[in-house]
Amino acid sequence: MGGIPHDSYEPKSNAEKWVESRLPILGLLHSTLTIPTPKNLNWMWIWGIVLTFCLALQIITGIVLVMHYTPDTSMAFASIEHIMRDVNGGHILRYVHMNGASLFFVAVYAHIFRGLYYGSYKAPREITWIIGMLIYLLMMATAFMGYVLPWGQMSFWGATVITGLFGAVPGIGESLQTWLLGGPAVGNYTLTRFFSLHYLLPFVIAGLVIVHIWAFHTTGNNNPTGVEVRRTSKKEAEADTLPFWPYFVIKDLFALVLILVIFAAIVGFMPNYLGHPDNYIEANPLATPAHIVPEWYFLPFYAILRAFTADVWIVQFASFITGGIIDAKFFGVLAMFGSIAVMALTPWLDTSNVRSGRFRPQFKWWFALLVVDFFVLMWCGAMPAEEPFATISLIASAYWFGYFLIILPILGVMEKPLPQPATIEEDFNAHYPPKDDGGASGAMEPAE
Amino acid sequence: MKKLLLSLGLSTCLGTAALAAGGGGAHLEDYSFSFEGPFGSYDKMQLQRGLQVYTEICASCHGLQYVPLRALEDLGYTDAQVRAYIADVGIFVPDDGLEAQPGDERLAIPSDKFPVNDGAGAPDLSLMAKARAGFHGPMGTGINQFLKGMGGPEYIANLLGHGYIDPPECAADADMDGQYNLYFTAGGIPDSCKDEDGHSTIEGSWIAMGQPLYGDDVEYADGSSTELEEVSKDVAAFLMWTAEPHMDSRKQSGLLSVLFLGLLTVLLYLTNKKIWARVKGKKPE
Repeated sequence: MGGIPHDSYEPKSNAEKWVESRLPILGLLHSTLTIPTPKNLNWMWIWGIVLTFCLALQIITGIVLVMHYTPDTSMAFASIEHIMRDVNGGHILRYVHMNGASLFFVAVYAHIFRGLYYGSYKAPREITWIIGMLIYLLMMATAFMGYVLPWGQMSFWGATVITGLFGAVPGIGESLQTWLLGGPAVGNYTLTRFFSLHYLLPFVIAGLVIVHIWAFHTTGNNNPTGVEVRRTSKKEAEADTLPFWPYFVIKDLFALVLILVIFAAIVGFMPNYLGHPDNYIEANPLATPAHIVPEWYFLPFYAILRAFTADVWIVQFASFITGGIIDAKFFGVLAMFGSIAVMALTPWLDTSNVRSGRFRPQFKWWFALLVVDFFVLMWCGAMPAEEPFATISLIASAYWFGYFLIILPILGVMEKPLPQPATIEEDFNAHYPPKDDGGASGAMEPAE
Repeated sequence: MKKLLLSLGLSTCLGTAALAAGGGGAHLEDYSFSFEGPFGSYDKMQLQRGLQVYTEICASCHGLQYVPLRALEDLGYTDAQVRAYIADVGIFVPDDGLEAQPGDERLAIPSDKFPVNDGAGAPDLSLMAKARAGFHGPMGTGINQFLKGMGGPEYIANLLGHGYIDPPECAADADMDGQYNLYFTAGGIPDSCKDEDGHSTIEGSWIAMGQPLYGDDVEYADGSSTELEEVSKDVAAFLMWTAEPHMDSRKQSGLLSVLFLGLLTVLLYLTNKKIWARVKGKKPE
């Protein structure tokens, strides 16, 4: 697998030799577990394990739920109630699956923002980043279709609104929407195809996760300094890294289990807190809920979608120069998908040659503002589409695009970065002086 | 670690889309039900009283189509008592036996569900306590729901207990169907009670359901109070149980999981510390 110099696997016993010469799976396992990992990784590097756990959790609980669920509009809602009431442990299984989606998104957002701050997207990790963005897109598609399956009011109307977005595409919109829905409106044909895809996509995600891990096992992990592991010799590499097992496995497990304490408390004590009461009302095509809101993890992008109304000058301008092809609705859709596309393009938008935000004094502030902006958008997405939320959404959306399209390119040229440590070893030793020179000075702050 | 907790906290708080409805309902009184909080559990006597209110009053228009009759054993009844209840009340379900003609009915057995009852256009009550949120905000943050719960039972108890009041003055000349209710938000509002933008200027709206409870509507075998507010709370608690029959066992599992995972966290923390001590050396004072 290339990468950082380290000992390769040597089968010892005859049994190991027998297997390894036929299928090099032991070597693969060994190199996965002993992969040299930068020793200075902080607590923001635990989300990968949490995400892997979430994927497994969702697949396992999902497979059992499917055994009791009926994908038919006349029975779907009742079959969920059957799971909740009659299936042994079914209520816990379903609440774990429901809230597992939320945990999944908490983790993925933390993971993405970690990458954005520490420059994990920069060369040579662009492919890792792009695959990550694909995984994120598939996660959103999967979560959206999963939310439709209980066939509650929000399922139905959420599906109607979101598939309606595709109807805004000029020319082919209507056919595209019909193709997605399987018919003229959300109906049984929609439910069955969403069910099928909701079961399929997690396995596509699992495949991409393997590629994602493979990619960064080749480039090596990024780390809080953004300084690469030295690869000139094994000795130097070993001074910068520690094997994944046991150091990072145990560290990640500790963080995972701590997060699971919170997760268990939510599932046990307030499982419906993150859901919407309207989804306990069976879908009714004749009664539109007063406010249709997506799940919390879609709210920032929902806010961007709604921010660009027909009275915004840029929307009017776009409409004017395209002769009306790009109307307000389509502009909103473009903005929503564009807001994710600009994230995917970050490796080429960020012109700075310093990887980690730690050594970029101005970038830090713009980045902090981006995090705030994300929460502001999330909040706006939950509020009704009226003033002052419309204006706030517009400003927050503008900042989102401004950050990626204007600030990142310009900042890389303008900013004067702080001096970076020469090696990871130097950074690590500054925080944790080696034992033999005792309490040598030099550590300014504890590691995160 | 702080960041981690903060991000979790923030996303859960902001996550809950609290919906400020158009006109909005009046501020709900926050009752403390026995089943609230991590350690709360259902008060079986209260559920039994609520079942009585449901049976004698609500059931004439509302059904509980997802609730199996055998589940009543959770309220402390025996199988024989459940069967006696079915016979006393006369719960009939469609007969789907081999000999049955369309439209035939038979007496229910415990494995049957409460019958569907949608004749009067009244909604099914099985999930009502989870299908309504009583608490919102402040400002779309969901903090109230975090602190007080979703508020479904409170919504029901308030709506029944002191929601039916005289309509506001602006509706004096309006010809409205149904009755005015302070907490019901999904109903009609006369134009005279809207501002120029069409927004409601009053709390609550008109509800098709006539006031069902007045106090002293039932006679409790255990001698509990039959004041309007108490009866409303009893039926609200009962409907929470119909919506979430396994809440008690879920909370127990939750508590057990939190304790065991908490213990595992401590063990892993210590393991982690020990493993890393080798490479980290001593932290400078």
